[in-house]
Formats: sequence, structure tokens, C-alpha cells
Amino acid sequence: MTVVPASHFQHRHLLGIEGLSPPEITLLLDHAEACVEQNRRVDKKQSLLRGLTQINLFFEDSTRTRTSFELAGKRLGADVINMSVSTSAVKKGETLIDTAMTLNAMRPDVLVVRHGASGAVQLLAQKVDCAVINAGDGAHEHPTQALLDALTIRRRLGRLGGLVVAICGDILHSRVARSNICLLNAMGAQVRLIAPPTLIPSFVERLGVEVHHDMRSGLKDADIVMMLRLQLERMQGAFVPSTREYFHFYGLDYDKLSVAKPDALIMHPGPMNRGIEIDSEVADDIHRSVIREQVEMGVAVRMAVLEILTGRLRNDRGGE
Amino acid sequence: MSGPRQAIVGARLLDPASGLDAVGALLIEDGRIADFGPRLFADGVPSGIEVHDAAGLALAPGLIDMHAFLGEPGREHKETLVTAGEAAAAGGVTTIVATPNTDPVIDDVALVEFVQRRADETCPVRVRQMAALTRGLKGQEMTEIGLLRAAGAIAFTDGDRAVAEARLMRRVLAYASAFDATLVQVPEEPSLARDGVMNEGEMSMRLGLSGIPAMAETIMVERDLRLVELTGGRLHFSHVSTAAAVAALGAARARGLRVSAGAAPHSFALNETAIGEYRTYCKVNPPLRAEADRLALVAGIADGTIDVISSGHRPQDQESKRLPFAQASFGIIGLQTMLPLALELHHNGSVPLLRLLACMTSRPAELLGLDAGRLLVGRPADLVLIDLDRPWIISEREFRSKTKNSPFDGRPVQGRVIRTLVGGQIAYDRKRDG
Repeated sequence: MTVVPASHFQHRHLLGIEGLSPPEITLLLDHAEACVEQNRRVDKKQSLLRGLTQINLFFEDSTRTRTSFELAGKRLGADVINMSVSTSAVKKGETLIDTAMTLNAMRPDVLVVRHGASGAVQLLAQKVDCAVINAGDGAHEHPTQALLDALTIRRRLGRLGGLVVAICGDILHSRVARSNICLLNAMGAQVRLIAPPTLIPSFVERLGVEVHHDMRSGLKDADIVMMLRLQLERMQGAFVPSTREYFHFYGLDYDKLSVAKPDALIMHPGPMNRGIEIDSEVADDIHRSVIREQVEMGVAVRMAVLEILTGRLRNDRGGE
Repeated sequence: MSGPRQAIVGARLLDPASGLDAVGALLIEDGRIADFGPRLFADGVPSGIEVHDAAGLALAPGLIDMHAFLGEPGREHKETLVTAGEAAAAGGVTTIVATPNTDPVIDDVALVEFVQRRADETCPVRVRQMAALTRGLKGQEMTEIGLLRAAGAIAFTDGDRAVAEARLMRRVLAYASAFDATLVQVPEEPSLARDGVMNEGEMSMRLGLSGIPAMAETIMVERDLRLVELTGGRLHFSHVSTAAAVAALGAARARGLRVSAGAAPHSFALNETAIGEYRTYCKVNPPLRAEADRLALVAGIADGTIDVISSGHRPQDQESKRLPFAQASFGIIGLQTMLPLALELHHNGSVPLLRLLACMTSRPAELLGLDAGRLLVGRPADLVLIDLDRPWIISEREFRSKTKNSPFDGRPVQGRVIRTLVGGQIAYDRKRDG
């Protein structure tokens, strides 16, 4: 494996997977790999980001992603502050840009941002001087999720290229799906989408994916089965008739899984709706489900992203 | 009252309705066109007449913009009759047709009279007010079309939204035909367009934004064409944006239906890719469409399927645009950029010059029954002098509108308004503008 030096990562922010080159993705994954080892030691703390301030700015509720970013920052020695915006100024009518400018004035080094509107993180990134990491914007991108999924797969199967990855569920509203499609395509995997037609975005085939409306055809010989979360409010007649019908046709159980490769891995970005998109037994299958491993990889990937994006800052600081 | 007599000499006279395109002179007396033609003043201008040398410039009827939001009453922080009028004059527009989606909505005789009076007092160009088609734009009960028409409402529209209910639309079309009132509809099926913020396509899919499918327009156009056929009413689609709508209109024309349609300059000057990375200045309704749609609009203008070019002028302040794309307001200002953007189609050879000017002069005048839009003896001297070939760069700094929400800042264009006359009076003069 050729290791690309971190200085080859040319982006100030991580706003999406789209726009990253395969060597850049590989670079991030390689760095994350090293972080996994670090995180398994008793003493997990490093001082790489000592003196740097990381603000986690979440306009949407999130426990796991925020915690994961918080741990990542703390393990690298950064000062981490969480801002949940439901309790702050936005409720008082302050705009996203005002919030960005205010935070910017406090001179953070990294802003980790989640927002319910597609493009909101880009907009914010234009207004601040620090590095911005997209922790999910609307139905657009969630790049660290795609990276942690890729790392999980790569560690288990040793590669990404040539694998058949089936992504199942609410593709339409999913930023996870978009980022994963971009990353897997870039790395040479073959992506299939499986969902009822109402949950597949129009023109998605332009991304170079296969679209299936039937689990059996979509899962056939798949190496990876990636389940997406289905928001319960979308299940009551607007997009699909009922949870019962959805689980019957699109919920992952051993029966449907039987057409995939015998050792196919099962993934889910969490939080799961057991019995709706995934059968509990499948989710807990210790041989095939890597759902908990994904969570572990999440911290490592976020550490790698923080490390690489702050590289320039740390270089400027001068040989510490 | 006898105004001064003025002669404009050496100009290229352009009258789209008659096909006149010749160098000549035009005489203004008492604010009206007293005479014009290639031979007028061939032997010199008699003394006592003020002479304006317009050599090298085109002289055309002042433009009529059939669809603009002017802010008054209720949205004065976005636009006023004064600022809109100044922008219009600088853009060669001498008559603005105002939409009724103000606050309050113009759905009552007293309101039509009020706005008309304010416009006459304050606005440097002519304003003709449209009234709402349904009370409060709610799409439930029709307004007093006959009384509103008598009070001066020039046409009827629900502004940005279409009348959703087919039964009501049928009745309104039928009822309005008794008053020969023109109805204006933005053809968009609301339930298909709901939550949409840009054209539905590969671009919206990649950006993770909800799309407004082209079909939302096609379905409403097709529905309304059937209702026009059924009722014998008259309908103008204020802005079409899709190839399918242009095709449907072409077929309806062939069946002899009394329908007409407009297109906005941004719809044929840009396509959806202008949105790039969530540029909210490109968020507009109807949305910027695919390149094939844009080309169909240009072809529709060239062959007359599209009658009118209107700005769709929609001022929005910074606060409503400096937001994530889905939350930002729809709208582009257009009064001042309509002419140079339309002239791109002349300069690139897509549409003949007179045909293009007809879309902004004689055709809207015919559709609305306005005493404007032509070079005719006795008509008000609403005129525009244009340096057709002059290259320049659109600059936000020159915008007279209260807001600057235009994606065209920095765009190189060709063709500049030199002077605008309303009733023979100078409403805009480039030299004075500096």
C-alpha cells in the first residue's frame, strides 16, 4: 500500500465525499486505521490537537454522531465544546449566518456542523475562517459516515474495489446513501439500491448505480448489505402504506439474506428500527453484523479527519 | 397644455407590429407621437423644435413588462413604486404590469384604485395593476372581476400560485369571458410542486434538494388548455419554463384556442446548473430548468409559440436569500436586465430583432388592450433609445431596485438603454446617469 502524505489532502473543509479523489479517500482511511489501534490502548489520549478548539454545532438532534466527534476531538487533545442549537440563539430568530459569524469570532479551529437543510454546511463554511466538517446536511451528504462504513468494510474484506454493495431503504431522504454511493463508486465498488419506487430519488441512476425494487434481485450475490433507517413518520401512507407492508417486502431477515453471498456483511448507520427495516436476529448476528464495529470505526475516522484538516494549522504552529 | 415639440433624428426606427426597421426621425408633440418615418425631416428640422440626434441608436416603443412584483402595499422594504419605476426606466420599460400578491392582496376595487393612484403620483413609468383572481389568493372564491375591471384592473391573476381547483378555474374562465378580462396563470400543479425548491433532475438529486418536476407545469398547462377549450375563455400563462409546456401550447394554438404565454429572461438565459453549490440567487419560480427546456423556450420565442417576455421581477432582501437553499425565498429581480438578456437571443442569431422586441412591446399591448407598445401617430410617446451593440457588464451597483437579488451581476451583455421616455418626458437618461 502506498501511503500518501497528509499534505496531499488539499481541502480546507470536509463538506462531502463528492470532490474527493480516490487517493484522498485512501489517505483518510489509512490514517483512521492507525487511530483504531490507538483507541484500543488503555491510554487513548494524544496531544496532537492540544490548544485547538473544536465546536460541535448541531442544529439537529444527534447523540451518536455528536458523541463520536466529541470523543475523537478529546482523544486528540482538543478542547471540545458542544452546542445544541435547539437551546440557543437560532430559536430567537438568529440566522445560520449570524450564528456562524458569532462562533467564528470566538476563533475555533474546527467546526463540526449538522443541519437539517441540504447545503447549509457549505453556506456556513463560506463565512468562517476555520476548518468545517459536515456531520450531515439535509438529504445531501454525511461524509464521515461513508468513511467509517468504508473503513469497516476494508478491515473486514481487505478491499473496496470490485465488491457488490446493496444499500436498502429510504434512499430518497438519505444523506448516508448519497455519501456512500459517491465513495463506493470512487473506490470501484458496484452499488445497488433497493427500495420501493417512492423512496428512490428520480435520476439516481445517473450516479452509476443499479436500482432494484425487489430485495431478492438486489441482494443476489451481494458482499455487503447496508440497511438505512426509515423515519417512522414516512411509513404511514405518504411513501409506503404501513410498517407491516414495508417489513414484509423490504425488511432484512434471514430469508431475504439467503440470496446474498454466504459471508455477506450487514451494516446499519443506526439508530435501528428493529422489526421495521431489520430483523433483530439479523442485526445481532455476531458473525455477519458489523453494526457495532461501525460505531468504533466512527471515532477513528473522525480522529483521522480532524488530524488531517488541522495539519496545516499544526504546521503553522511550528514543530511542536 | 401644449408641451414642447421634440424631434429625434437619425435613429433606427423599430416598430415590431408593422415591421418597420429604417433610419428616420420621430416627432413628439404634447407627449404623443406626432409623426415619424424615414423621410420625416429629410430636409432638416424646422426651427422651434428641440432636436435630439440619435445617430447610431435604435428607437423602439417603450417596453411593457407583463409580470412584476412592485412591493406596494406591504412589502416596501423589498421594493416601492418609486424604486421599481426607476429600475424599469433604466431598463427601457415604460409600462409595468403589477402583480396583486401584495399585503393586503389586491382583490378589492378600493385597493386597485389606491395602488393605481399611488403609482400615478410616484412612479416614473406607467403602472397597470392586475387584480387577484380569487379572494385573498386563497383559490376558493372568485373576486369581483367585472367591478375590478371597471376600476382599472388590467388582468387577473393569483400571482405566484395557480388556481388549484379545476372546478373554480372553469367557472372563473367562463365568468371572465363575459367581461373580456384576461386571466393570467402561473402554471404549476401545487401538490406536485409542494416542498420543491428547484427543478427535479440529476442536479436536485445530487444536491439533496426536493425537486419541482417539469410535469407539475405540463399538467397545469394541459388542464387549463382543456378548460379554455370548454369555456371559450382567454388565458395567458405568465411564465412557462419547460419544453413540454411549449409543445402543448403549440398544439393548442393549432386548435385555435385563445391562449398565450410568457417566458422570463432568466428561464432562457440560464439553466439549472447555474445553481452550482446552492446559489440562492438562482432560486426562482418557475425554477431554472434543464438545458433542453431552455432551448425549447428560445425556439418558442423565435417561432411565436411564446408571445411575451416578461421579467417576473421579484425583489427579495438579503435576509431572505442568505439562508440554506431550501429555506431561502424564491425570486430574481428583472426589470433592469430584461432587455439586455433578451437581446442575447438577437446577438447570437436565435431570434430576429423585431420578433424579440414584439415580445416586450406590441404583443403584451395586444393581449392587454394597452394604448402602448407601437410607433403610431397619436400614441403616447413611450419610447426607448437603445445602443443595440454596446457591450457592457451587468453590475449590481447599477441596480435601482431596493434589493439586489440577481444572478446576473458580472454577466457581459450587449445592448444598452440610452434614454427612456414616458409620455415624451425623460424617465431615464444614460448620460445623466454618468
